[in-house]
Amino acid sequence: MRFLFRPPAAEATGLLTLPWGEPLEKWDPDLLLEVPQRGISRHVVRFVASGAHVFALKEINERLARHEYALLSQFEQEGLPTVSVLGICVDRPGDQEAILVTRYLEYSMSYRWLFSSPRAGHSAERLLDTMVELLVRLHLAGVFWGDCSLSNTLFRPDAGALAAHMVDAETVERHPSLSRGQRAYDVDLARERVGAELLDLQFGGLLPAGIDPIEVAEGLPPRYEALWDEVTHEQVFGVEEQQWRVTERLRRLNDLGFDVGEIELITSPEGAKLRVETRVAEPGQHRRELLRLTGLEVQERQARRLLNDIVTFRAHLEQKSGRPVAESLAAQRWLAEVYQPVVEAIPPQLAGRLAPAEVFHEVLEHRWFLSEKARRDVGTAEAARSYVATVLPQTPAEVTTPSVRAGLTPES
Amino acid sequence: MASIEMKNIVKQYGDGFAAVNDVSLDIADGEFMILVGPSGSGKSTLLRMIVGLEDITSGDMMIGGKRVNDLAPRDRNLSMVFQNYALYPHMTVYENIAFPLRLSKTSDDEVRRRVTAASDVLELNDHLERKPANLSGGQRQRVAMGRAIVRQAEAFLFDEPLSNLDAKLRGQMRTEISRLQRRLGITTVYVTHDQTEAMTLGDRVCVLRKGKIQQVASPRELYEQPINLFVAGFIGSPPMNFLPATPEGDRLKTPFGDVRIDPARAGKLGGHDLLMVGIRPEYFEDASLVDEAKRHLGSTFRARVDVTEWLGDSQFAYIPYEAPEAITTQLRALSRELDAEELRTQAIVSIDSTSRIREGREAEFWLDSRKVHVFDPETGDNLTRDAEAGAELTRMATQDRVEQVQESQDRASADGHRMGGATAASA
Repeated sequence: MRFLFRPPAAEATGLLTLPWGEPLEKWDPDLLLEVPQRGISRHVVRFVASGAHVFALKEINERLARHEYALLSQFEQEGLPTVSVLGICVDRPGDQEAILVTRYLEYSMSYRWLFSSPRAGHSAERLLDTMVELLVRLHLAGVFWGDCSLSNTLFRPDAGALAAHMVDAETVERHPSLSRGQRAYDVDLARERVGAELLDLQFGGLLPAGIDPIEVAEGLPPRYEALWDEVTHEQVFGVEEQQWRVTERLRRLNDLGFDVGEIELITSPEGAKLRVETRVAEPGQHRRELLRLTGLEVQERQARRLLNDIVTFRAHLEQKSGRPVAESLAAQRWLAEVYQPVVEAIPPQLAGRLAPAEVFHEVLEHRWFLSEKARRDVGTAEAARSYVATVLPQTPAEVTTPSVRAGLTPES
Repeated sequence: MASIEMKNIVKQYGDGFAAVNDVSLDIADGEFMILVGPSGSGKSTLLRMIVGLEDITSGDMMIGGKRVNDLAPRDRNLSMVFQNYALYPHMTVYENIAFPLRLSKTSDDEVRRRVTAASDVLELNDHLERKPANLSGGQRQRVAMGRAIVRQAEAFLFDEPLSNLDAKLRGQMRTEISRLQRRLGITTVYVTHDQTEAMTLGDRVCVLRKGKIQQVASPRELYEQPINLFVAGFIGSPPMNFLPATPEGDRLKTPFGDVRIDPARAGKLGGHDLLMVGIRPEYFEDASLVDEAKRHLGSTFRARVDVTEWLGDSQFAYIPYEAPEAITTQLRALSRELDAEELRTQAIVSIDSTSRIREGREAEFWLDSRKVHVFDPETGDNLTRDAEAGAELTRMATQDRVEQVQESQDRASADGHRMGGATAASA
């Protein structure tokens, strides 16, 4: 047998003792982790814990495994929203298929739960928008997915919104850029798969009555077209209005969750032609800033929310002391005095249902809600107490992230 | 269902590289066409241009007589089979086949009609009410085919569909695809690099090399009348043997002795000093086992056998030979292009399984000289190809296909009448 791991893979050494020579289906259940809310897969997929991490193992033809391993590694380096791949195991005895090992995306949720749980509070429209954003991002990067479906997408709550990640790159083709036909075909495949997956939920009695699978699926292509057009269209305008037009376009792209790499402005007597090159990587400016200030690793929207709270906290410190407070100092005090107490307020039996940063975001929302009712600022501590008593328990135990369920302590 | 016509199709990339270079190909309504070639031959690119995934640089792509160059994939109404083979656990097999129609809001009656017809062909009738979890590997693949059938596409397209299956399921699916195509009489384009798939499935096979068509013919014509060295080397397993030869009147001097060529063919070899003679393994025999009556139709020679392989029903002997530099260079280039292992200068010879020829010893072989072909080592052209005989083989294959499609359509329309009658009766 041969193991190919991508460094840093120190976390993976614990995996080496697993019975790789045996078919995944025959592995001792004691070695495995139950992950109840997964999508449909045509392969045998199992989950294991090692060190502080959870890994997904997929049994798959060696050619496809190597293909997927290479692509996912590449995507991760480019900052595309995909799962992180650890490695593959090939040359297993008895001509068995290879195994692809990916890192489990902590706090992710499958569409099955998002659609069937009323607590989720995420509308079908929002789910579709998230998925379409992912598809546009991949298409901009020249990635033809070939199997875009809800099952192959994982959703993570991100400050009240959702972020989508690609989990299956088996059918993916990488091109310098995609033709119109390739994009149209990919979108059409996505439309059909989403429709089928929702129909399947409906047949299983798992879809809320208000959702029509066919209508939702049909909504996908126009949403995609609209976003693709927003992100890529060339604009022509008069030279005198170019300044605000450029600003407006950049703001619009940022609002849609995209960063701009390069702007090309061609002027001629007829006017100015604006072309923007949209960055394919997920925006990470706030994430990096928060990591620098606090060492916390969270998602982009969560980071923006937390940074805003740090700004407010700093202003409060400056007001109290009557002199300037350094940003780094404010951030350290915020971490110790504001953030950590909220995270520590989560009782063990409710831990792992939402990422700590998401809990913090929800506590801030809850504080606003309570304060409005009480007509005074109730403060974060009181909001946190009320939140863990009344709101958090509504997120069911089944979505507890596997690493917490397994008693491991993930960093984020 | 529809014909697919390609007229001077070119796919050129930004850097000027032509992945497909001036391809013209007519695929008849109901025909099973294979696109085959080694990697880089352009076969997949060509299929993608039919589907609409690749822009066409120049030329016309016609489906059912309509130019589709600028149509979106969906509007071409083609079906890529096996692309969607996810099975949905809460849906019955019936619904797993029906869902593309549900999504296009087809009426329940029409859904029932099409799913029933498809499951008849696929022999899934007994499983329609079951959940897919209980299906075997082959049955799952058939559900995927069912989805393609109910769409009533103009044509089925397959892009190396079997390459990820295990050997057993691959054989099973090959038979299944072939049977299904005949029963439905649907135009089919199938891309593969596997010459066994090409030879067993296709009505005609289009052999591509570096973006250009080499030969389009029935499997038998390709085998018996290859147009050049490339096609001759690509088609057949074990492959054709290529020996150096120098012409002398109606004889070719080869490492395996003199081979006599009939005067008509010998006349085509003038003006060459060095030639390559192509001999399929089965044109050889253990001389001691050859019937006296046909012995004079070939020549005999003695050679030392390096290795023998006895397979029960057949037997192969490996005979090394010497070849001049000009020939080995050509052979090496050919084997590289065919993604083959290094072509060694040894002949693979098929002998009767009862033959007592043993390795390490010298033995006498007989060679049927009627079927050998002679190639120009520089251009690769087959100098002895009989175009008329080849065309006749393909004509016969076409006739078979037309008859089979007609039969299946007659059967279908008979079924249709039966169903029509039943509907009238129940109404």
